[in-house]
Amino acid sequence: MQPFPFSAIVGQEEMKQAMILTAIDASIGGVLVFGDRGTGKSTAVRALAALLPPIKAIKGCPVNSASAKDVPDWAGLSTKRAHNMPTPVVDLPLGATEDRVTGALDIEKALTKGEKAFQPGLLARANRGYLYIDEVNLLEDHIVDLLLDVAQSGENVVEREGLSIRHPARFVLVGSGNPEEGELRPQLLDRFGLSVEVASPKDVATRVDVIKRRDAFENDNAAFMLRWQAEDAAIRERILTARTALGKLKTSDKTLTDVAELCLALGSDGLRGELTLLKAARAYAAWRDDTALTRAHVKAVAPMALRHRLRRDPLDEAGSGTRVARTVEEVLG
Amino acid sequence: MANESWHHATRALQLLGIDPALGGICIRARSGPVRARLTAMITPNARRLHPAISDEALFGGLDLAATLASGQMTREKGLLETPGMLVLAMAERATTGLAARLAVALDRGAEHSLIALDEGAEPDECLNPKLAERLAFHVDLSNCALQDTTDTPPTSAINSCDVIVPADLIDQVTNIACTLGIDSMRAPLFALRAARANAALSGRTQITAEDVEIACALTFAHRATRVPEPQTQDQEPPAPPPDQNDTNTGPEDNLDLPDELLLEAVRAMLPDNLLEQLAAQKARAGRGNGTGAARKGNRRGRPLPSRAGRISDGARIDIIGTLRAAAPWQTIRRNATGRDGLHIRPADIRIKRFEEKSDRLLIFTVDASGSSALSRLAEAKGAVELLLAQAYARRDHVALVAFRGTQAELLLPPTRSLVQTKRRLAALPGGGGTPLAAGMVTAFEQAVQATRRGMTPTIAILTDGRANIALDGRADRKQAAIDAQHIARVLRANGTDTIVIDTGNRPEPALRNLAQTLDAAYLPLPRADAERLSKSVAAALGD
Repeated sequence: MQPFPFSAIVGQEEMKQAMILTAIDASIGGVLVFGDRGTGKSTAVRALAALLPPIKAIKGCPVNSASAKDVPDWAGLSTKRAHNMPTPVVDLPLGATEDRVTGALDIEKALTKGEKAFQPGLLARANRGYLYIDEVNLLEDHIVDLLLDVAQSGENVVEREGLSIRHPARFVLVGSGNPEEGELRPQLLDRFGLSVEVASPKDVATRVDVIKRRDAFENDNAAFMLRWQAEDAAIRERILTARTALGKLKTSDKTLTDVAELCLALGSDGLRGELTLLKAARAYAAWRDDTALTRAHVKAVAPMALRHRLRRDPLDEAGSGTRVARTVEEVLG
Repeated sequence: MANESWHHATRALQLLGIDPALGGICIRARSGPVRARLTAMITPNARRLHPAISDEALFGGLDLAATLASGQMTREKGLLETPGMLVLAMAERATTGLAARLAVALDRGAEHSLIALDEGAEPDECLNPKLAERLAFHVDLSNCALQDTTDTPPTSAINSCDVIVPADLIDQVTNIACTLGIDSMRAPLFALRAARANAALSGRTQITAEDVEIACALTFAHRATRVPEPQTQDQEPPAPPPDQNDTNTGPEDNLDLPDELLLEAVRAMLPDNLLEQLAAQKARAGRGNGTGAARKGNRRGRPLPSRAGRISDGARIDIIGTLRAAAPWQTIRRNATGRDGLHIRPADIRIKRFEEKSDRLLIFTVDASGSSALSRLAEAKGAVELLLAQAYARRDHVALVAFRGTQAELLLPPTRSLVQTKRRLAALPGGGGTPLAAGMVTAFEQAVQATRRGMTPTIAILTDGRANIALDGRADRKQAAIDAQHIARVLRANGTDTIVIDTGNRPEPALRNLAQTLDAAYLPLPRADAERLSKSVAAALGD
């Protein structure tokens, strides 16, 4: 069954906005969605794939290389023709073993022919695309370590007695989870560009809408998909337009100062916060079809770009989202 | 009532048979003839899971024996690879990890459905909420006797897709979910599905009042977080009439079913002790059961899947895992070395891992203020000493925080040394104000640090409760009380276990309030001896 269409998701504007921003500029670095059960976290993440414009890649290449010279030798491709393929969105299931994530010895070839061959893993398939982890806070520690390492270097290295493989693994991390069930290590948190917190809609009308659409999706699938896929296509077009507009966007020094001041006031660790905030604000301006970056853009995306980068203050009852919003008001007025 | 629950259980099973997308049923019952009779109705080809099931069994993997024998890659099929019904025994013991894996499988739509057999004895011992959320039904058979059980009559079911849903039903079901305080959007969806399946069960294409009633009762009762008011008059007027004209789904589409009636149906199913259960659920996030939290190690505890690693002190080799890792390389290695026999290299070594319960840390937070010193400090000291002896026997760690004057002081960082603790405690002087909030902050900091180091902290506060120094050191009785309440909320939100021991001459209501905010056990100590105090603390800790 096709996933629930992105545009048909009722409400949850911040979450949808974050996903669109990361689709416009992949270098923002992914989205983390945290929230209660039954709020449509997984639905939104799975719907993201349909929004992403196709990429050009060599047909049959295990790491989705863009040009023929990038195809790794171990792939053993004889013909290298480019074709359009959907942006890969790879699911990393919780039970995945290390071998399955990084790739390992091709057991069939090893046993039958006595050959050393590499069987690529999930990281190879996710290259130039998205890696989606549902329940990211429940991921085994050793898999997290591995992901951190690869996400940092953009390269996956598998070394084992004569089998030495390196392949590019540049992917955008998209995760979802329920904070009640476990925390995420700050190192991994930091790897996500944006983070949003979702809650169930509080008014009855919205809730009825949610149920109606879901019900139509399940029982009148064909008509429903026809209607909403058109909307998805419109968003996809707009994302493409925004991507080209991104290059022409002007950024004034004043906005840069705003960004720096905001991050200083919040005391977010490292410079990643500033960079992400700037990129997200630019993507937001491009999405809004504005020609110059202004303070309003920075204000709009500050909570999602910075919320997860603050030092946790155990004595602060309100979430860090409120802290960011408060500081934004104080600094940028 | 008991008979009713049997009826509901069998009905839920039938509905699940019609529409597997309902997710499943959580059956709460101890093992016995009643449950056996119900489980006998589950399709015989359902596959059984157990809480300690490995990922390999769930998702499949390489069948090494077959691969080696045939010389061709043979995969073992995982239980989740073929769609069908799953039965999870001892579901209350399923870990969050297993629950998450199963939840993903259930999310794939109608492929799988799960019957969770929950044998929990205590109210807070139940199916993981993540999983419970994805199962439409929950039935409790603990009050059902064998004589109540009946056979279900055969039915003439039709395909549930053919059932027509009146448009206003969606509004109605959503409204009821709101009234009952159900946040998740899955609940009303399940109710709709259940109503459809129930109509299909009796071979109708129209949904009747009875369908909706039973669907709401089955899907909402266990999710309710609020008891609706017995009479909801203000709800009644804006019911059907205006909407009715828009819906022209059929001639007999007069689903004259006021919300009132549906609520009544659900209310009949609500457990009598709903509020207590809610309290138990809320407390579960923070309250311990006497044991520490789970921690991974390589020496003791419940086995976990083995991992690649090096042979080092204390690590144990998983021989089977090591052989499995080495097996695929055998042909290559034999060719390379020209030597026959088994080739095992360091990279093949797999190390066993275990999960054990972490150590517990008791943080004594002792009020050494003037008011306390006059009355009970000596007794409190005696009590702490007795507790220390118990803690020693249990190999717990202990930390000591004292507060007096304007601030709190960490007298002893977490230690297992009994002698040291005793010495510090004996040397503790009394006098000055009561900076209760400051004491709690210091204890809290210790608790957070201990959690980070993998321990499970419990804070025991011994005070007479008359806080008079605020967090900033000013002597302001009112602000001091506000500060203490504030910190108490933080502590509770953090899920730290707490015990409040009132050492005043008579129980202090303010302290009881504080204990409530903390969700802590409150033990007044009116003229008791130290022995009794230590006994009551031990009881509160759940030994």
